[in-house]
Amino acid sequence: MTEEHIIGKSVPRKEGRDKVTGAARYIDDMTMPGMLYGATVRSQIPRGVIKHISFDPQFEWSKFVVVTAQDIPGKNCIALIGDDQPCLADGKVNHPEEPILLLAHADPHLLRKAVDGVSIEYEPLPAVFTIEDSERGSQIIWGMDNTLKTFLIAKGDVDSVWAKADYIVEGEYTTGAQEQLYIENNGVIAAFDREQGITVWGSLQCPYYVHKALMALCNLPAEKIRVVQAETGGAFGGKEDYPSIIAGHAALLAMKSGCPVKIVYDRLEDMTATTKRHPSRTRHRTAVGKDGKILGGEIDFTIDGGAYATLSSVVLSRGTIHAGGPYYWPNIRIRGKAVATNAPPHGAFRGFGAPQSLFAMERHMDRIAQAVGLSPVEIRRRNFLKPGQTTATEQTIREEIDLGKLLDRALELSDYTAKKARFAEENAVGPIKKGMGIAAFLHGAGFTGSGERYLASVVGVEGCADGNGTVRVLVSSTEFGQGTNTVLCQIAAEALDLPYEDVRIAQPDTNQVPNSGPTVASRTAMVVGSLVRSAALGIKQTLIAGGMIGGSYSPEEFRAACRLHISEHGQLRSYARYEAPEGVFWDDEKYRGEAYASFAWAIYVAEVAVDLSTYSARVEDFVALQEVGKVLHPVLAKGQIAGGVAQGIGFALYEKVVWQNGRMQNGQLTNYIMPTSADLPPIRIFFEEMGNVHGAYGAKGIGELPMDGPAPAIVNAIEDALGTRFNSVPLLPEDIFNAVYADGER
Amino acid sequence: MRSDPADYELIAPGNLQAVLSLLADEPGEWLPIAGGTDVMVLYAAGKLPARKLVSIWNLPELRVIEILPDEIRIGAGCTYTELCEDEIIARDFPLLASAARWTGGIANQNRGTLGGNIVNASPAADSLPALLVYEAELILVSGRGERRVPYLDFHTGYKKMKLQPDELIRAICLGRKFSNYLHYARKVGAREAQALSKVCVAALGRLRGGVTGSVIDDVRIALGSVAPVPLRLTELERIAKGKPVEPELVQLTRKMTSAAIQPIDDIRSTARYRSAVAGNLVAEFLEQLRGSGKTV
Amino acid sequence: MSHSSEDGGKEGRGKCELSLTVNGKPETVRVFPMERLLDVLRQELGLTGTKEGCGEGECGSCSVLMNGELVNSCLVPVLQAAGATLTTIEGIAEGPQLSALQAAFLECGGAQCGICTPGMILGACHLLNKKPEPTLEDIREGLSGNLCRCTGYMQIFEAVEQAARRRASA
Repeated sequence: MTEEHIIGKSVPRKEGRDKVTGAARYIDDMTMPGMLYGATVRSQIPRGVIKHISFDPQFEWSKFVVVTAQDIPGKNCIALIGDDQPCLADGKVNHPEEPILLLAHADPHLLRKAVDGVSIEYEPLPAVFTIEDSERGSQIIWGMDNTLKTFLIAKGDVDSVWAKADYIVEGEYTTGAQEQLYIENNGVIAAFDREQGITVWGSLQCPYYVHKALMALCNLPAEKIRVVQAETGGAFGGKEDYPSIIAGHAALLAMKSGCPVKIVYDRLEDMTATTKRHPSRTRHRTAVGKDGKILGGEIDFTIDGGAYATLSSVVLSRGTIHAGGPYYWPNIRIRGKAVATNAPPHGAFRGFGAPQSLFAMERHMDRIAQAVGLSPVEIRRRNFLKPGQTTATEQTIREEIDLGKLLDRALELSDYTAKKARFAEENAVGPIKKGMGIAAFLHGAGFTGSGERYLASVVGVEGCADGNGTVRVLVSSTEFGQGTNTVLCQIAAEALDLPYEDVRIAQPDTNQVPNSGPTVASRTAMVVGSLVRSAALGIKQTLIAGGMIGGSYSPEEFRAACRLHISEHGQLRSYARYEAPEGVFWDDEKYRGEAYASFAWAIYVAEVAVDLSTYSARVEDFVALQEVGKVLHPVLAKGQIAGGVAQGIGFALYEKVVWQNGRMQNGQLTNYIMPTSADLPPIRIFFEEMGNVHGAYGAKGIGELPMDGPAPAIVNAIEDALGTRFNSVPLLPEDIFNAVYADGER
Repeated sequence: MRSDPADYELIAPGNLQAVLSLLADEPGEWLPIAGGTDVMVLYAAGKLPARKLVSIWNLPELRVIEILPDEIRIGAGCTYTELCEDEIIARDFPLLASAARWTGGIANQNRGTLGGNIVNASPAADSLPALLVYEAELILVSGRGERRVPYLDFHTGYKKMKLQPDELIRAICLGRKFSNYLHYARKVGAREAQALSKVCVAALGRLRGGVTGSVIDDVRIALGSVAPVPLRLTELERIAKGKPVEPELVQLTRKMTSAAIQPIDDIRSTARYRSAVAGNLVAEFLEQLRGSGKTV
Repeated sequence: MSHSSEDGGKEGRGKCELSLTVNGKPETVRVFPMERLLDVLRQELGLTGTKEGCGEGECGSCSVLMNGELVNSCLVPVLQAAGATLTTIEGIAEGPQLSALQAAFLECGGAQCGICTPGMILGACHLLNKKPEPTLEDIREGLSGNLCRCTGYMQIFEAVEQAARRRASA
């Protein structure tokens, strides 16, 4: 095998220089001549009928652009999957902060006052705020019974296992909403021109999602909508589907006014009005043999989707498929359900359902361990999936993963056994109680099942003749910190044996780049990267076939060959389209088969100290060990894991959304607590690489993997420290206090 | 940004006399703004009632630390950073230095002032319990002259204080008499840095030899975030004086702490949690006092 | 401080002219005194490198150096910056040459999405000015007012340590 010369190296971030000099331009850094500012008038109630809208006469409303549902040229919906979400509320509202009306004006300060000058009278309707309320069905707020979606995964014969079980272990686990908290709030600029149609520049992950949504909303054909991604200051899923809404709003204002319109949210609006991680409730009932081996079980996984379906079916899908964790279940029934409540719709956030169901699974494994009288280490060791065994969806594990060995390595790196023993002694004295906790998990990257085939991603690579690089990568995959630009250029450079500096990547602009699918699901390096490699090789083959280069060449020769080809043929472009691999099948009806092309595997170990004078838990040390196929770029890969673990620690211990009647009450950074540099432990990151036939240069997706492990590892550690069982995150000092106090009273 | 700058006036006369003249001429009309770390947050949220502001940032008369043999006088315009970096404050008044380090991040410490912290009078303000136990006195100044008042009863209710509409705080005076005390402070926030406090405790204590062992000679305990104003636990202090630090006393102080405070449920925490933690921290202080060797 | 008022008669109302030095360059702006320094930098002076992340002094994305001290520019009324010397991210590089901190951020992965990066670099700059040989604890504390959602801070710490080492040996 040839030595890779760029893959596996930490080459400079493609757009890094601009980022460290302040030259990188994000949406709010951009202005256009004649630009207006846009703002949104939003519902103040969770559910009801709009009776009357009045406009304070102190404003000269004729000088404002005003857009209501009646102004929508196309369909009043945000086209995504189910198309049940209106772009603007039309007579009825179903969640607090639901957009009702749009305003635009050149003066952003006057605009702000004008938003307050619009009064809306409602006839409130009873609303539903929790999963249980929704299930109870006393108010039907969506469909026939508030159920947005269900899935059923069934393997083997679950009903037969209870009689044979030596232990039956039950548990219920919940997770709360979590705000993505990208430091750059949502923002777009839209312009409209009768000839060219609509152009939108946005802070976004998926230009083609926005493109599709605008076509339906504005009733314009594909070639009259152009979406361009600007430098994006963080996303994490929070800019997967939401931008279609804000872009739709700006587009409507631009269409009505004929002026460019910029809409940028402030932190309060962004937190209260946009998507969050789905709250979840998972119920486990597991039949276990005397030797600690799982005989079978039932898992009920339910998520709160908010008021409209949006992405809930897909989040549910992933959460349901991952619910059994990295364990062998000879028999299993997993019921997944997404229900509606009158909160702003929940959406994508790194992990996308898996952090929720894996939290439950890993907490439950510790509970099973206790019931059976085995250690958390041993119970996992005895149940790990082995090569040749099948998952809950009956996907055969084809790679030679040895989770037992991975576990051993994680235990050694974290000094787990020695520390646990030491803590057991030291905890007897003083208010500080320490514990160790493990989480074992897997994450399937790429779209589930037939998803990638349905996406049919296309990638292009073109030769350059403009002196600006030798080749350029053409993808709709976006950079928002995770390294898309860098990794895809690395791949192209490696494939063509060119210096990294010679490869450019086009700005994601739907006029310029093909649809390589959304930048989600940890698919970019793995799936899109594979296509980049193919498309790059396509360029090379074209040049070789044209006799312009030989099998080996210098970068200068390659560049010259590109120029020559372009001068003769006008352009040099190669496209690659996704093809589903052989022997990979998925049954959408039975929800069975190869759910993901490959899984990454991980064992995380948390060391936590709880101070019983303040009931605060602090992560003191964290080991993140994962098998990721291939580390394409060590610095970027480590950065992804560290960042994901930090968000996972936030999910576990700090980040609580305080709800009241469907509205987030703590929508500012003072009261929504994200970890600072002073809060995080050393995060020690280690990789193993087994390769991956389905990923570029053997890579597996890693962006979301690190989100799955920290919360259960931490809560397992807290239980180890205190001997008290906790089944929910976020786990705040007040919750620890309540439990310890209650324990103390018994 | 939810306010329109065009709707606001801000002037910066540049010296204390001019500011005081303005406050005397138009009492209650002009809101003094020092470093802005409280006022500007309200302003950006569209929640600042005042429309006319007078800058007292960087007034030389307010930004001095006077070191006298028996007391120090900290200008009300001194920033938290200046408090952190002053050697005398670090040595003689460590609780004030630590409170300064706990308030916000570095950028906010460079702008937030001690005077601002007092006048903003958030029940969660970090420096106020320290001022209570150090028995600070405030020098208030107006066009009419100066007066010196004990800080102990300066706050009369939530965001109410004994400050006339034409007055500013000029300096905070701290007596240099705590060198042989144990100084204890602890802040409990939602995270390690940049957190509003859920509970904070500042305490001083000193033992003396008794017939059967050490007893408490002097103790001062103050708490923040557990009442509309920062609280000195004067009743508890009275009971504790002369007693040895033994489990019975510690239990009693827990009860008395609970009884003295009025914590609430709010967006950050719960009353029960605050009460329990306040009791724990006071107990922790007493345990440390017992072992401290700090005697008369 | 140097400013003069115009319009509307009474001093304090209406826009006023302020002079300040930004990245070594004298600037004069005609602004309302209560405009936020952040907005004046970004809009009047076109220096969009300083960012708004929260508007409440919590995230540090708006950090600049004012008379050598790190401040959150979203909380500074511009009148209070009259006569001040300001450094923004645009003034950190020495012409085309990146500073040691900027180079270290690039090498160590200290910038991912980049939105916190200008404020973070200013915060790190301020830290290294005060503590040229910071411990890890110093770095954690010194940067605790700058929130980063992408990195988990690890590679930012490495970048600051690397820059400190390089500055020391320079």
